[in-house]
Amino acid sequence: MTSTVIWTIAILAGLGLVLALVLFLVARRFRVEEDPRIDEVEKVMPGANCGGCGFAGCRAFAEAAVKAPNLDNNYCPVGGEAVMAQVARILGYEAVKKTPQVAVVRCNGTCEARPRVNEYDGASSCKIKAALYAGDTLCPFGCLGCGDCVEACQFGALSMDPATGLPVVDEEKCTACGSCVKACPKHIIELRNKGPRSMRVFVSCVNKDKGVVARKACANACIGCGKCQKVCAHEAITVEDNLAYIDFAKCKLCKKCVAECPTGAIHAVNFPVLPKKEVTNE
Amino acid sequence: MSKLTFSIGGVHPDDSKLSKDCAIEVLPLPQTVYVSMNQHLGAPAKPLVTVGDKVLAGQVIAEPGGFISAYVHSPVSGTVKSIGPRKDLAGNPAVHVEIAVEGDEWVEGIDFSNDIDVNIKLDREQIIERVKMCGVVGLGGATFPTHVKLCPPPGKTAECLIINGAECEPYLTSDYRIMLEKSKEIVIGAAIMQKALGGCPCVIGIEDNKPEAIAAMSDAVASLPYEGIRVAVLAKRYPQGGEKQLINAVMGREVPPGALPIDAGAVVQNAGTALAVYEAVQKNKPLVTNVLTVTGNCLPVSAQHNYLFRIGTPISFIIEQAGGIPEGAAKVISGGPMMGKAIANLDATTVKGSSSVLYLSEESTRRWKESSCIRCGRCAEACPMGLEPFLLNRLVKAGDLEGLEAAAVMDCIECGCCLYSCPAGIPLLDRIRPAKGQVIGILKARNAKK
Repeated sequence: MTSTVIWTIAILAGLGLVLALVLFLVARRFRVEEDPRIDEVEKVMPGANCGGCGFAGCRAFAEAAVKAPNLDNNYCPVGGEAVMAQVARILGYEAVKKTPQVAVVRCNGTCEARPRVNEYDGASSCKIKAALYAGDTLCPFGCLGCGDCVEACQFGALSMDPATGLPVVDEEKCTACGSCVKACPKHIIELRNKGPRSMRVFVSCVNKDKGVVARKACANACIGCGKCQKVCAHEAITVEDNLAYIDFAKCKLCKKCVAECPTGAIHAVNFPVLPKKEVTNE
Repeated sequence: MSKLTFSIGGVHPDDSKLSKDCAIEVLPLPQTVYVSMNQHLGAPAKPLVTVGDKVLAGQVIAEPGGFISAYVHSPVSGTVKSIGPRKDLAGNPAVHVEIAVEGDEWVEGIDFSNDIDVNIKLDREQIIERVKMCGVVGLGGATFPTHVKLCPPPGKTAECLIINGAECEPYLTSDYRIMLEKSKEIVIGAAIMQKALGGCPCVIGIEDNKPEAIAAMSDAVASLPYEGIRVAVLAKRYPQGGEKQLINAVMGREVPPGALPIDAGAVVQNAGTALAVYEAVQKNKPLVTNVLTVTGNCLPVSAQHNYLFRIGTPISFIIEQAGGIPEGAAKVISGGPMMGKAIANLDATTVKGSSSVLYLSEESTRRWKESSCIRCGRCAEACPMGLEPFLLNRLVKAGDLEGLEAAAVMDCIECGCCLYSCPAGIPLLDRIRPAKGQVIGILKARNAKK
């Protein structure tokens, strides 16, 4: 009886030792040399695996960053400067500074301003809707309202406003990863510089129809009249295909164009409300 | 006679050919027509007229914008009022020429007599040139320029010309009516195309739910002196009229993935196209009219019509002439119920390929609520291209474009059999359609790199 127990223990222990030795040798033979900095970089990453940097996930970003000679082409928009400074410290590179950006929805065709002319009863997806037809309003450029962008956002920064039928960006949560930009089949969402104290002026419309047509489709549409372009002292505004566009790099936030726009298509957001003059606030 | 059909997939929707006994009526002229420059497959046509020009019916108003493109003729006589973007059926802008109708004068040289001209005087090149100059395009739905199809690329020969009289879409009866009323003209049109293709045999395929058309076409073939033309009876099955399905049914051949019908030795032309070719070659009449069905399941048969309309007539005018949108109509569809599209813009205009104005009731257009895939495999069974729509659906959801390409998404003919057969109400085709566009994107990017 006792001997059986002893034998069992001995055999199992022996087996264990032999296999441990095999494992040890195999591990040595097939050891993969990996830069320990990859792990370190991955640790400081946000870990959302959102793909905003252009890589499949944070690990893939770390691998690419370690391999690259500098950080010029590798930037984590989610982590921003803080994370990139840490990455730069680990890798001994110079930190790249990028102006913080935010997703901006360039359509203000609210349910009120842009009447529905037909009823869409197909699958609830902007991509599918866009493949079928121009949409349930007369504006073939505007937001389709099925919320593909909301679904694409991994940070919960987008939500549909039931009153307007348009997506709303929570600027606190938005990391400018660009997922929504890719998800929108109408290319309405754009990443724009966040601006000082998040103040921004932009044309909230992408309608390229002629003024009359655009106006008929939506009361808030840019009609390409060019008044904003004339009033802008900084040459920040261009009008092409009946549509104005404000270059955020040139815009000095003077807001002259906002007052000039006859349809209210130019939005100025996050400006402090002045006591006397009323300023359009989102 | 044994009934021919394609080998895999397909569904059997109720054919509902309600308007089959309504003889073709000539639709009155509207006050204004809007002629689209984008009514054929390929590059949009380039307008040749300017605002204020007086045009005659049958006059060329636009030239082809590329190799795969077509001439566009004025369907009416009148004054050009404007040239510019106007919203099409789907609400997307396309360039249209607006013509205010004044009288009904035609250009010279068109034979308006009803005499049937059996003698084909033109030779091969002349036929192709005439078809091109008359702006004839495929009237089966895809509106592919006919003259391009009649010139097989070097090294390839047509072994069989198939005239598509299947009209497998439920409700539509325009092809049926012309096969009854213009049978001889269609056969002569087929013989003309036969000559253009170098004398290959010709098969006229008609589904067995149209026995009168089969009889009329057989009589026409027997009474005319052409050789190598015969009528084949096809089983009623959707999508029998799909180009690849028809080739499979008639010739027993398969068109390889990504290849054209000519690679399998076949040229398929719609019955309506054959009529247009006859009118172009024998009567010198450009393609400015077509036949369209006004039908639906909420419209009494007495109010249904098969209209001979001028291309460019606004849909709203046709609806008005036919007595307005009937009560109970939930959707107005252009094309058949399987592949047609709901008309988002009733002010849009008819194009060369317009085949119907179809009113469907709420009950028959209702979308089912989407539930989970139960892996029944009905979509894979129904797919006439042998694809696995459930798999494509999953790949689309995962955003796996390479996977979609490997699963042959580009072979999808968008017939809608998968969606029709899915008991879980999954919008299979709706998901696959935009994915095809994305896959074309990556294919183009890959070709650009090479």
